[in-house]
Amino acid sequence: MKTLGIVFSNIHDRELGELAAKRTLASVPFGGRYRLVDFPLSNMVNSGISKVGIITKYNYQSLMDHVGSGKHWDLSRKNGGLMILPPFGDESSHAVYTSRFEALKNISHFLRRSEENYVVMSDCDCVCNCDFSEIVQYHIDRHSDITVVYREKDIEAGKTRTLFDMDVDNRVKTVTISDKIAGKKASVYTNICVMNRQFLLNILENSGEYGYKSFSADVLGKGCKNWRVYGYKHTGYFASIDSVANYYKHSLELLDGDTRASLFDNNGANIYTKVRDSAPCRITDSALVTNSLIADGCVIEGTVINSILFRGVKVAKGAVVKDSIVFQEGAVESGSRINCVIADKNVHILDGRELSGHATHPYYIAKNVII
Amino acid sequence: MKKKKCIAMLLAGGQGTRLYALTSRVAKPAVSFGAKYRIIDFPLSNCTNSDIDTVGVLTQYQPLILNEYVGNGEPWDLDRSYGGVHTLPPYQAKKGGEWYKGTANAIYQNLHFLDEYDSEHVLILSGDHIYKMDYSKMLAEHVANKADCTIAVIDVPMEEASRFGILDFAADKKITSFEEKPKAPKSNHASMGIYIFKKDVLVKELIEDEKNPQSSNDFGKNIIPSLLSKKMGVYAYGFKGYWKDVGTVTSLWEANMDLLGEEPLINLNDPNFKIYSRNDPLPPSYIGSDGKFKNSLMTTGCEINGSVIDSVLGEGVVVEEGALVKSSVVMRGTRICKGARLNYAMVDENCVIGKNCVLGDENSSKNKIALVGGGVTLKDGTLLKAGEIVERED
Repeated sequence: MKTLGIVFSNIHDRELGELAAKRTLASVPFGGRYRLVDFPLSNMVNSGISKVGIITKYNYQSLMDHVGSGKHWDLSRKNGGLMILPPFGDESSHAVYTSRFEALKNISHFLRRSEENYVVMSDCDCVCNCDFSEIVQYHIDRHSDITVVYREKDIEAGKTRTLFDMDVDNRVKTVTISDKIAGKKASVYTNICVMNRQFLLNILENSGEYGYKSFSADVLGKGCKNWRVYGYKHTGYFASIDSVANYYKHSLELLDGDTRASLFDNNGANIYTKVRDSAPCRITDSALVTNSLIADGCVIEGTVINSILFRGVKVAKGAVVKDSIVFQEGAVESGSRINCVIADKNVHILDGRELSGHATHPYYIAKNVII
Repeated sequence: MKKKKCIAMLLAGGQGTRLYALTSRVAKPAVSFGAKYRIIDFPLSNCTNSDIDTVGVLTQYQPLILNEYVGNGEPWDLDRSYGGVHTLPPYQAKKGGEWYKGTANAIYQNLHFLDEYDSEHVLILSGDHIYKMDYSKMLAEHVANKADCTIAVIDVPMEEASRFGILDFAADKKITSFEEKPKAPKSNHASMGIYIFKKDVLVKELIEDEKNPQSSNDFGKNIIPSLLSKKMGVYAYGFKGYWKDVGTVTSLWEANMDLLGEEPLINLNDPNFKIYSRNDPLPPSYIGSDGKFKNSLMTTGCEINGSVIDSVLGEGVVVEEGALVKSSVVMRGTRICKGARLNYAMVDENCVIGKNCVLGDENSSKNKIALVGGGVTLKDGTLLKAGEIVERED
């Protein structure tokens, strides 16, 4: 059973505001040494998928730099491997796609040329360690047309979500897309799904006839009346990175050992990322580090508490980094104190600065800024 | 194919008997060093940083882990379609086969490799030192001097000179004398065991040396003295910088400790001279609320809930609550269970040090390191005295 992977790199960029202002959601750094795209890519590779297309839209230089030839995910292959699928303007207006469904129509040539029987699609805000081969098997066993991955969670109103109502066999009966529903144990779509490739091509080619324009509202919402749409429940750790506050919250969840175990070592399935060959991290006698994640290449002489330091971060003597996330190559000079801060790549905080956000409203510092 | 200017031959077949349990199952160049490296990463990365893209790695003793580690050379950018890294074990040929008898014989048995690339020059390296060196500068001097052979030289403390090959040279750097491990050294200019030969000179010398039944087929003992006796152009290339032999438990421990402090003796953080290595895909390291981590080095995948002081920890090392790791080196994949205490200890890869074990003692020294070989599980409460060695029996 051969499966093709499709990753959407840009779908939810806007929700992450400044974090994704100059990069795709896919290349947003996460967890000390990763980018969000590492999670869907690694999940696909760990599930035996050896051909993955990444659908892009704009600002994808950082993404291309990160994934390169795909070799760090073992996706530099003669057959298949990693393919960046740049936007493809439609014939009449040359306009770039505006919805997930249009994005898929744009790659129908790629889908047609592929030989795999099944397609797994995932967004990049799905931080989880999930064996897609189990989902494909589940899909096959149920003779399903579309298998959607959901998780059960308590939800509040205010954020648009796709919710499923299923029968006892987990066949989806109705799909609700709303930002008004609140309640306990809702079945929320994770934006991961499995389809037969021929089925997907069929609905893309005949979308006019079916009246489909949107994936969630039409293909799932209307389609669940016509097609066999089944839900697959994901039970392990899952973080949906859909706002800066949630980015911050989910990042700091990694300070919990069980979360790390569930995310980074699920029965030996690891998360791969681009190797940078940083030196090991060096912590000096003057340093005090507690409850923190520290990546390679860091040099810590000051205090770090409840924080995540990406690769190559320097914390000078007398500096205090608390409840903060400092991206690659950041530097906090002596006497500075930062609290509830997200410092983007290469931020330099000079001597004696004090910066503070709040746990629900972390203070964000843009890339390359000197404070 | 276009000829290469210089290729490297890396002698990696040595057993490294003075590393005891650390080399029971792996060749010395594959021994872990500095949290995320193996010794061979240094010469291989030096080659990459010196624009040498073809390296023959001569293996013999316990080659499995070394072969797997070197693989296709991708971590060092040595996966090339023409050139790249090649492991060269001894082999059977039509006229029989034999083990590598000495450093020179190892190259002799691979003359076909030299002929295949037919480079102008050949760089000879060994896999038992920690140092960063741009070989291209040495090559430039070798070419400028029109040398037949150039030997890299470092000044060592006079009292240690008798451990090295000691040489003397004239003002133009031409070497006038060379003595292997002299009892009364005439200078403190020590050979680093790094040579660049004109390929034709090397090939001729190796063939000649092989015909001499008296020869021990060794570069230091035979080839270099032979060149000097023939008054050939043998030049010294002066190297300044960190260079450390890690052939003994004491020196390996010292070299690890040299990475600590505010100004480590060797800088691994230079973006223009990276040391590359092959690594497991592990998350960043975690230091817990009760963890204490002072003046130490670690790499990815560690979980620190105990105390780590003046130590170096490899990938995925776990230090449980109440455990103490002090003045010690713990290599990848090892778990230090609750309440265990390590002082002046070295623990090889994939060990389990049971609860409340005591390894070494505070008053020990670099000369009395408690040593645990790879894959050992120490039962709870085991006592391993300073300087004692334990290794897996099978």
